[in-house]
Amino acid sequence: MSEENKYILQVKDLHTSFATDAGEVRAVNGVSFNLEPGKTLGIVGESGSGKSVTSYSIMQILAETGKITGGEVLYRGEDISKWNEKQMQKFRGEKCSIIFQDPMTSLNPVFTIGNQLMEAILLHTDKDKKQARERAIEMLTLVGVNEPESRLKQYPHELSGGMRQRVMIAMALVCEPDILIADEPTTALDVTIQAQILELMQDLQKKLGMAIIMVTHDLGVIASMCDEIIVMYGGRVCERGTADAIFYHPAHEYTKGLLRSIPKADNMNEKLIPIGGTPINLLQMPEGCAFCPRCESAMKICLKQQPAEFRVGEDHLASCWMNVKEIYEAQEGGSNEQ
Amino acid sequence: MSSEKKNNDYLLEVEHLKQYFPVHQGFSTIPLKAVDDISFAIRPGETLGLVGESGCGKTTVGRTLLRLYQPTAGKITFDGKVLFDSGEQYDENGKMIVDANGKPVMGKKVDVNMMPYRKEMQMVFQDPYSSLNPRMTVEDIIGEPLDVHKLYRNRKERREKILDLMELVGLNAEHAMRYAHEFSGGQRQRIGIARALAVNPKFIVCDEAVSALDVSIQAQVVNMFEELQEKLGVAYLFIAHDLLVVHHISDRIAVMYLGKMMEIADADELNANPIHPYTLSLLSAVPIPDPETARKSHRIVLEGDVPSPLKMPTGCPFRTRCKYATEKCGQEMPQLTDRGNGHMVACWNK
Repeated sequence: MSEENKYILQVKDLHTSFATDAGEVRAVNGVSFNLEPGKTLGIVGESGSGKSVTSYSIMQILAETGKITGGEVLYRGEDISKWNEKQMQKFRGEKCSIIFQDPMTSLNPVFTIGNQLMEAILLHTDKDKKQARERAIEMLTLVGVNEPESRLKQYPHELSGGMRQRVMIAMALVCEPDILIADEPTTALDVTIQAQILELMQDLQKKLGMAIIMVTHDLGVIASMCDEIIVMYGGRVCERGTADAIFYHPAHEYTKGLLRSIPKADNMNEKLIPIGGTPINLLQMPEGCAFCPRCESAMKICLKQQPAEFRVGEDHLASCWMNVKEIYEAQEGGSNEQ
Repeated sequence: MSSEKKNNDYLLEVEHLKQYFPVHQGFSTIPLKAVDDISFAIRPGETLGLVGESGCGKTTVGRTLLRLYQPTAGKITFDGKVLFDSGEQYDENGKMIVDANGKPVMGKKVDVNMMPYRKEMQMVFQDPYSSLNPRMTVEDIIGEPLDVHKLYRNRKERREKILDLMELVGLNAEHAMRYAHEFSGGQRQRIGIARALAVNPKFIVCDEAVSALDVSIQAQVVNMFEELQEKLGVAYLFIAHDLLVVHHISDRIAVMYLGKMMEIADADELNANPIHPYTLSLLSAVPIPDPETARKSHRIVLEGDVPSPLKMPTGCPFRTRCKYATEKCGQEMPQLTDRGNGHMVACWNK
């Protein structure tokens, strides 16, 4: 029980799939992680890696064709994946909030900012309209929106992208949730605005103490924000560890490839080393490791069997057969060499 | 001025280019100054990176260069030939020469037919999904520029040329009869690049050509751009908002803000010694994919948003967000001046 209390959110062996005309797409395939209160967890991966679907599965806001087919999501030790819609409505917003990638489309264009902010307050608390309005102004001030009172009467199209994302954050934090899921919160924004928003999120985390799940494909954002990182590929977690472990001692071939392929200060005048091949097709998942078709060091076993998580350091796990290469080769008697 | 020698040094020269768009507000029409009086030049086989926030006019620059828009004013010289000249003349300090009545002294106006030059300058677009016709096969997409410019004698030669191009960008010959939707983003971008290369251009505008791609695929396409440049000697104007990618691919980098050029310098020089306060904050805002540096580095967070280009501040457009702004900044836009080794900066205070 004590372990369960340590974590605010635990995801255990989560499976989510979508029914499409072409067949069942298994977007998330056995993802597990633990989130400690007040910490930031980064989920990094390419498009189609299942990082967004993981966060939508926690909130149970999947599209109609999507279904959680297995696993548990524990909030403070309680399995919320069995909760009904009414319980979930209380969970969303009050305990756990989400901000989406595109601040242009995630606000309702026909309601004012004030209307949308106050809706959450009126729904989740027993404040009356006047108090809700005060709370909305307080929140807008907190996220650095100038002239909050006149903003309440404005519509989303009257605000800039950065301002809209601030309103989204204000809306997500208005009921002081324990968990904030940020799904590519700065991808649609310019770098200078991105810096403002990231600074704001770190600031608010210090003030309000919520845990953040940061979902992104940008390794730069991850490096500056996260305590712990999970790297996803093809709906599976391939590596997990602290930011330093992932960036300085990557132990999965995909993570290594990813870090080699991005421009950094020290490789500016060298050729980048891209990961070969094309992104994974979730309809044709390989039997073994999902990254195997693009992996240069792939061995026979990689084709056949999905690797377990091997411990490669303190709090650092990687699902890659390369970490037990010596043991495996000894068993196979070096038959791998040809 | 030895303008002839100058023309030979550069493949493309842009002087005092302006591109205004009319915006209707009620009964009045006001100009939106998307590109306002910028000058730069590109050498043959060089990559000039163009960076700036959204709405700063970087895409407009690329499109105006190719004359997809009719420029409002300025002069574009390509390969020694003047493609467009609105006639205004400028002195050595970059001031417009005016007569006694304050009217600009007009030189010869030039506005050539672009058709023959389209063979020399091409474009690769940002979105590999919407820039390819879904009803055409890859063969026809890549073959279209060949058809337009009649660059083959018979069907056999056309097909050979297309297959050569596909091989050049790393596509298989069996892909020729497929449609664009059958490909992934990275492969589609390769088709777009093959189409741009079909006419054997000397200059390609790459408008956010790798922005829509996944990190691992982005590196493939960046490398391909570099390899093609080595092989074919083509010059790029590489427009992007990802400063790390731009730094990697570019020889020189130009920084724009609200339609104005702020700083142009050698890529390594710009990253090591940015001078303009805007460049400084732009570079410090880039998240570095390295936790150690990220913890140590200090972001210079700019206050507020980019002003609307319809309500442009007077003088230097950056002054509303600049901590060094003085009265002079509000009165006059500084000219780009050389601070040594071709490091050009437009700032009064730095």
